[in-house]
Amino acid sequence: MNPFAKTGASIRQRIDDAGWTFDLLVRAVAALPKLPRRLRFTLDVAYNAGVRTLPVTMIVAAFAGAILAMQTGIELRRFGDTAVLGSITALSMCREMGPFITGVILAATIGSAIAAELGTMKVSDEISALEVMSVDPVNYLVLPRVVALAVMCPMLTLFSNLVGIAGGSVIADQNLGVSQTLFWNSVQESLTSTGKLLPKELYVGLFKAFVFGIVIAVVSCGAGLRARGGALGVGLGVQAAVRNSVLLIIVLGFIITWFFYFLTT
Amino acid sequence: MIALNGVRKRLGDRQILDGLTFEVPDGMNYVLMGPSGSGKSVTLKHVIGILAPDEGSVHVDGLDVPSMDQRQLMDLRKRMGYLFQNGALINWLTVADNVALPLREHTRLSKGEVQDRVQEVLGMVGLAHAAAQFPPEISGGMKLRAGLARALVTKPEYVLYDEPNAGLDPIISHQIHELIVEVRERLGVTGVIVTHSRACATHCGDRIGILENGRIAVEGTVAEMTASTHPLARAFLGGGAD
Repeated sequence: MNPFAKTGASIRQRIDDAGWTFDLLVRAVAALPKLPRRLRFTLDVAYNAGVRTLPVTMIVAAFAGAILAMQTGIELRRFGDTAVLGSITALSMCREMGPFITGVILAATIGSAIAAELGTMKVSDEISALEVMSVDPVNYLVLPRVVALAVMCPMLTLFSNLVGIAGGSVIADQNLGVSQTLFWNSVQESLTSTGKLLPKELYVGLFKAFVFGIVIAVVSCGAGLRARGGALGVGLGVQAAVRNSVLLIIVLGFIITWFFYFLTT
Repeated sequence: MIALNGVRKRLGDRQILDGLTFEVPDGMNYVLMGPSGSGKSVTLKHVIGILAPDEGSVHVDGLDVPSMDQRQLMDLRKRMGYLFQNGALINWLTVADNVALPLREHTRLSKGEVQDRVQEVLGMVGLAHAAAQFPPEISGGMKLRAGLARALVTKPEYVLYDEPNAGLDPIISHQIHELIVEVRERLGVTGVIVTHSRACATHCGDRIGILENGRIAVEGTVAEMTASTHPLARAFLGGGAD
């Protein structure tokens, strides 16, 4: 095959994959009324996603918050303005770092597990078995995972935000001479300056996490359900699930930030 | 009745089915034999609507399967059972939950009624003792029998058996053959059986068709086929065949 044809076929395949994944999302949303029948399984997936990723998410968030405070604090100290360190750390964590860290960790752990599980089911005819029993795989397998991750990603993000800010506060106190009281006052001020119960800084971040949760679940389920060709196909599906989820997390994170902070202000 | 007429199917670079035509009258077991990769399992997937033909027609009970929408296909599949080569059990469900799955999804039976029916079919396939076990904990033969129990639990009108005795020892194989015959005789179920096994074909089948180059090369009743001098019939059903 000549290089042009190969490139064209590759692009066509990717467009086809994207369309199929988007269609999967639409079908999962359409299956929402059937969620009560899948509640038990949804709770299992949610519990699994939350418990399995909580420790690693907290560790990464704590260090990310600490690094953020350290790097920002070094520059602020040059200008003698370390009093706003708490504010900068809190806003960065809530707007961007918290959802991003949580999303990437969920994609790497739960997303890969979903793709592997569904991929294995696909290549061992279990998906076909569901189809021939008239059990819709979207309703039975995809919907619980989408709902579970859509709920768990924002919840984990809340923890990430809190632990990340706490990580920053330790560095601020120990290395930058910013007392805990000053740091947390600055955090509180930045998050409650609008006087609203749910500040924009927080809800935009949580909205991002909600979108990331859905994206990770749909992309990973899609990659699993499209797997073929045995173990190699499952491996490629897992690879595609993590790669595409992380890519979409970055691109959608940018779009959501742009929408809330530039387009609507 | 199941009727395939002039079915052609290409998968990748290979022409798998090339004008396949056969009929299975109600209440009959039709055995489909042929070399590995000759399209036997692909044929079953056409009958149940997982695959659609490139050309030709597939009719089940007079209904044109390829032209059905998803809802119509689901309705048709509720009347059919399908036994996969490896059982295709859902790994995180116990054997009993696997068998109960179609009942829980499509019927309004009470918990007790589902349990009773599941125990009944598990007893039929000799797996009552393994109801609480998970698929990774049981042997390949047990998985196949559990898959058969799941195919029969809804009392289907049609059952498609894909290698129903693959990996089973001769004693269990014989029990499965008896069961397939019993299902046809007692329940009047119409079956299509894909197998390489001479014993399975001659014990369970009413008619036997042998696939070659994507179409039926030779076909007949069990008596006709075992007496046939056609090279394929001799290879699959002759004295030396298993």
